[in-house]
Amino acid sequence: MVTPEQAPRRTPLYEEHRKLGARLVDFAGWEMPVQYSGIKDEHLAVRNRAGLFDVSHMGEVVFRGPEAEEALQRLVTRDVGRLAAGQAGYAAVCYPDGGTVDDVLVYRREEDFLVVVNAANRDKDFRHFKENAEGFDAEVTDESDEWALLALQGPEAVGILQGLADTDLSGVRYYRFVEGEAAGARGILSRTGYTGEDGFEVFVRPGDAPVLWRQLVEAGAVPVGLGARDTLRLEAGMCLYGNELDRETTPLEAGIGFAVHLDKEPGFIGQEALLRQKEEGLPRKLAAFEVAGRGIARHGHPVTVDGAPAGHVTSGTQSPTLGKAIGLALVPPEIEDTFKVVIRDRPVEARVVPLPFYKRERR
Amino acid sequence: MSVPEELQYTKTHEWVRREGDVATIGITEHAQDELGDVVFVELPEVGSGLGAGDSFGVVESVKAVSDLYTPVGGEVTEVNEALNDGPELINSDPYGEGWIVRLRVSDEGELLSAADYEKVLEEED
Repeated sequence: MVTPEQAPRRTPLYEEHRKLGARLVDFAGWEMPVQYSGIKDEHLAVRNRAGLFDVSHMGEVVFRGPEAEEALQRLVTRDVGRLAAGQAGYAAVCYPDGGTVDDVLVYRREEDFLVVVNAANRDKDFRHFKENAEGFDAEVTDESDEWALLALQGPEAVGILQGLADTDLSGVRYYRFVEGEAAGARGILSRTGYTGEDGFEVFVRPGDAPVLWRQLVEAGAVPVGLGARDTLRLEAGMCLYGNELDRETTPLEAGIGFAVHLDKEPGFIGQEALLRQKEEGLPRKLAAFEVAGRGIARHGHPVTVDGAPAGHVTSGTQSPTLGKAIGLALVPPEIEDTFKVVIRDRPVEARVVPLPFYKRERR
Repeated sequence: MSVPEELQYTKTHEWVRREGDVATIGITEHAQDELGDVVFVELPEVGSGLGAGDSFGVVESVKAVSDLYTPVGGEVTEVNEALNDGPELINSDPYGEGWIVRLRVSDEGELLSAADYEKVLEEED
């Protein structure tokens, strides 16, 4: 990414992170908390109780106007025409060759669409959206600076947020959202997340974010940094742009075909390439694995089969919930059982397992 | 951060305890704090020879991978097998139960006193 040397950006919750003693790191040009008490503790707090994340660095782009829907249909792989107002859908954004620009969440509101994009891709996405929406009677606006985003996740998350909210949250189903108030802050309460747990993501105005944050912490939510956010999403089998998805990888290869509506009409950018790839057979697929030998597989480690190069690890970590080294790898489609991950020059056995690594118990 | 007076240190945050020609090596409290929860330790083989400055293993936390360097050279006489099942000992007791290897020293290297290591830590802040 071409980021000019500049001071890191800070979210409206920066002072809260400082006060909580967070370890701050640069992430996509943002000074973000990577951990507070420790990644394992925070990870388990989300699995067992409720964790609170500052994800205000994520971008929000709004599509408005008579042809907002048509413009978005052209840009994303999901059929957003099938979304009801108050519903959100996961989608990919592709280049004409099928490579991935970003993975996004599309929120269909009564009057317009709000698209949440990855922090690292904000500028790139906005340019891509603007360029490709030109022929449509639609206005595309980067409203990222007008929103703070807090994610409250875990079995106790809904109860904690309900205590501060003015609307009944029990009726908000998964991937649905409502407009409402939490801790006196007006915003969007969305039953979505990136952890594999139940919970909400709450969009509020930047000025309202610190009060909401503090009240959620007082109500028992444990602050969680980006370190545990990554281990949680990996256990839940969710993709991270830059790891599983990138310019060279299609959404089909990365295993998010469920977010790609190949039969969509009119078509989206990359549709033909993806149709062709599906017809010809995927050249590689995303495989979930556990390390059977000793060691932890990490992003970028080579994969071999019978000693020959066969792909690479896209994400890998020690799973705090399972107590095992787990990972995702892009490998040839014929691989079904095992392969080797080369960890510091040493080939270590990896066993293919079904996704997700972790699935919450419905209660 | 605790920096015991009786130990010697490296700029890369290892500590060395000398008893005759035997050196016990681990990582400092500062190092384990920087790493966070240690989840894996790769140990050298007993009997292997190391030169001063060689990498002899790896400590991994959930997020980070960190190479270990020995400031002194010699033959590995013992490794802390308890770390295979309990890598978190490095977090809970970095100067005690969390020791990593023992060497019979044949090659003296450059080491820092506790006072000098504290200066290194101050400069890093």
